[in-house]
Amino acid sequence: MKPSSFEYVRPESLAETLDLLHQDPEESKVLAGGQSLVPMMNFRLARPSRLIDINRVPGLAGTRVEGDRLVIGTRTRHLAVQNMSGADPLARLLRSAAAHVGHLPIRTRGTFGGSLAHSDAASEWCLIARLLDATMVVESRARGRREIPAADFFLSIFTTAMEPDELLVEVSLPRLGDEHRTGFAEFARRAGDFAIVAVTTDLAVEKGVVTHARVCIGGVADTPFRSGAAEATLVGQRLDDDIATSPLARAAAEAAASEVDPPSDAHGDAPYRRDLVRAMLTSSLAQGVAR
Amino acid sequence: MNQVPLRLYVNGERHDVTVEPRKTLADVLREDCGLTGTHLGCEHGVCGACTILADGQPIRACLMFAVQAEGMSLRTVEGLAPDDEELHPVQRAFWKHHGLQCGFCTPGFLMLAAGTLEEDPDRSDEELVDILSSNLCRCTGYQNILTATKAAAAEMRE
Repeated sequence: MKPSSFEYVRPESLAETLDLLHQDPEESKVLAGGQSLVPMMNFRLARPSRLIDINRVPGLAGTRVEGDRLVIGTRTRHLAVQNMSGADPLARLLRSAAAHVGHLPIRTRGTFGGSLAHSDAASEWCLIARLLDATMVVESRARGRREIPAADFFLSIFTTAMEPDELLVEVSLPRLGDEHRTGFAEFARRAGDFAIVAVTTDLAVEKGVVTHARVCIGGVADTPFRSGAAEATLVGQRLDDDIATSPLARAAAEAAASEVDPPSDAHGDAPYRRDLVRAMLTSSLAQGVAR
Repeated sequence: MNQVPLRLYVNGERHDVTVEPRKTLADVLREDCGLTGTHLGCEHGVCGACTILADGQPIRACLMFAVQAEGMSLRTVEGLAPDDEELHPVQRAFWKHHGLQCGFCTPGFLMLAAGTLEEDPDRSDEELVDILSSNLCRCTGYQNILTATKAAAAEMRE
């Protein structure tokens, strides 16, 4: 298979990258890990006339702590996230989600920022970004840097709030204190496939009572779906040790399942996806509590 | 057609080729370097038949353009055996434990197993299952591939 012809450019600085994007934003595509873009090009679903390879641009990969935020560089490979150190709830959540991203040879190349910019509503990183209200830092030559909250970033499947001349530079996530219980659960037919339904949760628990709850669901809408109904059900409630069988988990699962309006397709009809929402939500909550 | 000159290092040997940027690394290895051991199955990253090592890490050669591999140290199935007489432990184990039938997927599995075991042969059965789930095999049912990889791991730990 051959993609259609393109001009290949390999900038060696961020400034050069932004200049290239500025010259020809509509016809250019940024190539990072290429694990979604190249298959689309092989099938000619994507036919960019210029490919801007950012793999040799310094300063775009790696993570750093800035006060109460964790900043992840756009070209940080999935495998680097999976191998991240740290026993805090955020590091545990990121590692647990990374293990679900594709396969090892995908994780060695695919990138954190690439996955977000691709904006598949079932992607692990899109769910985490929406769950934790991440801040996306994007940059263009014309307008400099600007920040986009995750709630405004994902517009639809494969569509984000980024302009064609903008590059996603880094993503900032809030670090989570020890009172947080995070979890990530997904169901796919085969290991490494995109999830049919995935759920990630973050509860803040003080003296056994949930003070803050976030629930994000993938595979039920065009963008990662925050379930306000499940969150409201959880807040203020006492958390059972055996959450998986608790009435609270059942209530939250029911609330989410009634709130979502999932599509029916070859991978599963709407009632099946609702069942998966119930099961994955319970499993994600249980993961957090088991820690 | 815009052809660009490109220097690749594969299995320690230099290959000077002239290719279009749209040519995938897998195609260039096969057609321009003459290394047809790397097989192409699905050509969109699902089957893993084209798995090779780039700077020691397993990658899908169908999801990378050859021009991107400039300066990288590449290793393909032709570079596994140390010489004409001896096989790599992973190759020996696949032979001994019948880790292949038709053999089409085998180069990909060998590179995946060799790459991960050379990095760390001390891997749990669970980790090995997770790693081997990266590639597809339509003949063996995977059990012998797992057995062979475990045997190779044990030998490489010694």
